[in-house]
Amino acid sequence: MSGPVKFRLFSTDHKVIGLQYCFLGMIAVSTGVVLSLLMRYHLAWPKGHLPFIAGGIMTPEQYLALVTMHGTIMVFFVLTTAPQNAFGTYFLPLQIGAREMAFPVLNMLGFWLTFAAFVVLLAAFLVPGGAPISGWTAYPPLSGLGDITGPGEGAGQTLWLVSILIFCAGSIFSSINFIATTIDLRAPGMTLMRLPLTVWAWFFTSILILLSFSVLFAAGVLLLLDRSFGTSFFLPAGLVVTGQLQTHSGGSPLLWQHLFWFFGHPEVYIAILPGMGVTSQVLANFSRKPVFGYPAMVTTLGLIGLLGFGVWGHHMFVSGMNPYSGFSFSVLTMSIAVPSAAKTFNWLATLWHGKIQFKTPMLFALGFVSIFITGGLSGIFLAQPAVDNMLHSTYFVVAHIHLVMGVAAIFGIFASTYYWFPKMFGRAMCESLGRWHFWLTFVGTYCIFVPMHFLGVAGGIRRYADDSGAGYLAALQPLHTFMTVAALLTAAAQGIFFYNFFNSIKNGEIPGPNPWNANTLEWTVSSPPPPDNFGSEKIEVFRGAYDYSVPNSAADFIPQNAPFDSAYDTIPVTPQRES
Amino acid sequence: MPKAAPGFPQRARYLATRRIPVAMPHRNIAAHRSVATSSPGSTAETHVEYRRKFGAFAAQAPAPQKMTTRVKGSTLPAILFALVIVTLVVHVVVIFASGHFAAPGPITADARAVDHQFRLTLYLVGVLFVSTQLALVLGIWLFRDRGQRARFIPGNNALETLWIGAAIVLFLGLGALGRKAWAAVRYTGPETGSLQIEVTGMQFQFAFRYPGPDGRFGRLDPALISAATSNPLGIDPADPDGRDDIVTSGTLAVPVGKPVELLIRSQDVIHNFFVRELRLQQDAVPGLIVPVHFTADRVGQYDIVCTQLCGLGHQKMHATLNVMTESDYENFLKTQAASQ
Repeated sequence: MSGPVKFRLFSTDHKVIGLQYCFLGMIAVSTGVVLSLLMRYHLAWPKGHLPFIAGGIMTPEQYLALVTMHGTIMVFFVLTTAPQNAFGTYFLPLQIGAREMAFPVLNMLGFWLTFAAFVVLLAAFLVPGGAPISGWTAYPPLSGLGDITGPGEGAGQTLWLVSILIFCAGSIFSSINFIATTIDLRAPGMTLMRLPLTVWAWFFTSILILLSFSVLFAAGVLLLLDRSFGTSFFLPAGLVVTGQLQTHSGGSPLLWQHLFWFFGHPEVYIAILPGMGVTSQVLANFSRKPVFGYPAMVTTLGLIGLLGFGVWGHHMFVSGMNPYSGFSFSVLTMSIAVPSAAKTFNWLATLWHGKIQFKTPMLFALGFVSIFITGGLSGIFLAQPAVDNMLHSTYFVVAHIHLVMGVAAIFGIFASTYYWFPKMFGRAMCESLGRWHFWLTFVGTYCIFVPMHFLGVAGGIRRYADDSGAGYLAALQPLHTFMTVAALLTAAAQGIFFYNFFNSIKNGEIPGPNPWNANTLEWTVSSPPPPDNFGSEKIEVFRGAYDYSVPNSAADFIPQNAPFDSAYDTIPVTPQRES
Repeated sequence: MPKAAPGFPQRARYLATRRIPVAMPHRNIAAHRSVATSSPGSTAETHVEYRRKFGAFAAQAPAPQKMTTRVKGSTLPAILFALVIVTLVVHVVVIFASGHFAAPGPITADARAVDHQFRLTLYLVGVLFVSTQLALVLGIWLFRDRGQRARFIPGNNALETLWIGAAIVLFLGLGALGRKAWAAVRYTGPETGSLQIEVTGMQFQFAFRYPGPDGRFGRLDPALISAATSNPLGIDPADPDGRDDIVTSGTLAVPVGKPVELLIRSQDVIHNFFVRELRLQQDAVPGLIVPVHFTADRVGQYDIVCTQLCGLGHQKMHATLNVMTESDYENFLKTQAASQ
């Protein structure tokens, strides 16, 4: 292979790969949103005819297939792919002063495995029986016995598993690359405590990915063996499905849940830590102030990641797990609220006595803080096993996970996009369209997800295709209709973003290399950066990443590579004449 | 002998200076490619050329900057933030306070303990929610760009220690208080003499088995499960304990005021037993028999639903918990026994 194909498609340049991840994430998020809109439409108007649905009116198994695929696409191919792999791959080397990732070929391999996984996952829609109906958590025995347990549990579930295995491999490769790059390729002077918080976030996220996806990979292999090769890791004896006695014996369905959630809970932090990093960066940049308590911000990122490995059992309070371990998981979960609260307070303190400039990335970062507060606090309810007794598997959980893991992380992605777009494409996105996009999305997402809390408290149960089961569910129907209308409008507002994005690539204004007056190293190279980033330029770092409004300096920002006693450190003796 | 690589902390510097120039692959912009390919193998040259063509690095000297420059238009976003967040806070507080969306009243002491813990959490979280959201609005409003200079405040250890300490006390304290309501159902066993009823989940219904007059459940054999011979649970006819077992589907009848222990199991996939009025959920896991217990103190009919995704009929899996008087309960058992 040679020429343009090799350069554009099979490039090992981290910037090209970052963009590839970015566009894959955009395709995936569009797919995931369309699936969710179909579900929401069905929940509001169950008799309505829908596009893309065989037969026009959605059946329960089609609904569950959408539940599964929406969750899987969003969690894996959007929330893992975009904040970490798209922006991380692009900006990690630039922010630490490196010319490339440590292992460029591994980097490319990681992307192509992710892409292959996405194709295999979508193929599940096309096989006989359709996509799996067991949810993104794929609990066996439902997912372990083949199509006897339901439509989509045959070939569809197998493809789902294969896709997840490929995705795990890709993510593990890319995380190893992130870790090695961060440790080994920092420019001279880029000490750990001078790293931008985005780099810290990507670094901790990589460690989480490495440890948790390895476990998911192992669990996935075991489930595949159970399904296709007659083993019984997750399948106990005496299962009778549709009147047929199964031959499996000796396995434990809870084992899958333990393995899955050992991955699944760190996954939440994999989605949100990069958003926290970029929020810190953007809040400091547009408040023209240092990040409040930088060492605490680094420590809390690490603590959230570390504690994230000890709390998986809070997904299993009512699963039949030993109730004593349920309580210890609860205590550990409550302690994650401590570093999370510390981060929130530090973000608020970063704003205090600042000079807040409401550029679009800043709007999304402020939105992130608000959404993170709302979504995070509902976790306090769910962290307690006693309260979980009434809220487990209700829409309260759906509201919590979507706000704190979905919407907050998406706001982080939007903040990153608007913030780094000038660097990636050499052109700026339109500010006024960006503002419209932000306000519609901010109000819209609250309108979608806040009512879900009320629905959950009243006993509205998630993953129900309709409300025919229990009589009380019909009374909650108006909430569903409201949320669906909000979802349709919010999704339509994303059209503004896509138009702005693609239009700005071609027609956006051309800003300077450092349009936001930021300190970190990516802003010291031209936009877009040269192929070899810093090339032979000797890059040396002298300062922390957030030296904004330093007293007695000439400007309200000092790039990390500005030497001491440089022009930044002194106020010019003669006042600058205003032009 | 080759020179050993330097150790930490010189390592970063060593690695950075040691980098070998490689032919750099590059981004998908045609102009960039033409520059890079024109001088293969020499990154230094590429870079110089690149800079000539696309502009230099950001200057080492800052652009002259008036420290009090004001970015116009910072009042409208601040007002909008205040408007949206205050609307949100007011709605959430009013709707939760109105109690319009709430589970129906609890019918056991344990459920009331759960409610108590829920309310306690609601108050604490409510205060935190309102105060932090309003602090955000306040910060945005007070410190919007009005031409002022930002203050250089890198942190404040005392303040940070204070709020980390407060968070530890509040959150861990709340968690510890929640232990009691959990322990009441899950740590302690049922009262002696509790009425045992077995709950079996299957796609897509619940079956309830009463031990009958002998108080003992008969042995189950999955191989004997057959809907055709009306033996949906596979009770072994050879076991005398099982001959008087009563199996019902659709209705779980319990006497009011009597302690009941449910033995929850499943025979195919994972299901869940959830009654809102009991504030109790428990997965029905194949291979496990999980006991839960309660004493219902109000006669009535309550929905039993499945909350664990169990297949295409998941949302239809429903039964009724019928809490009845002692005499109604005896009659119910008699009628059911006669129809077995």
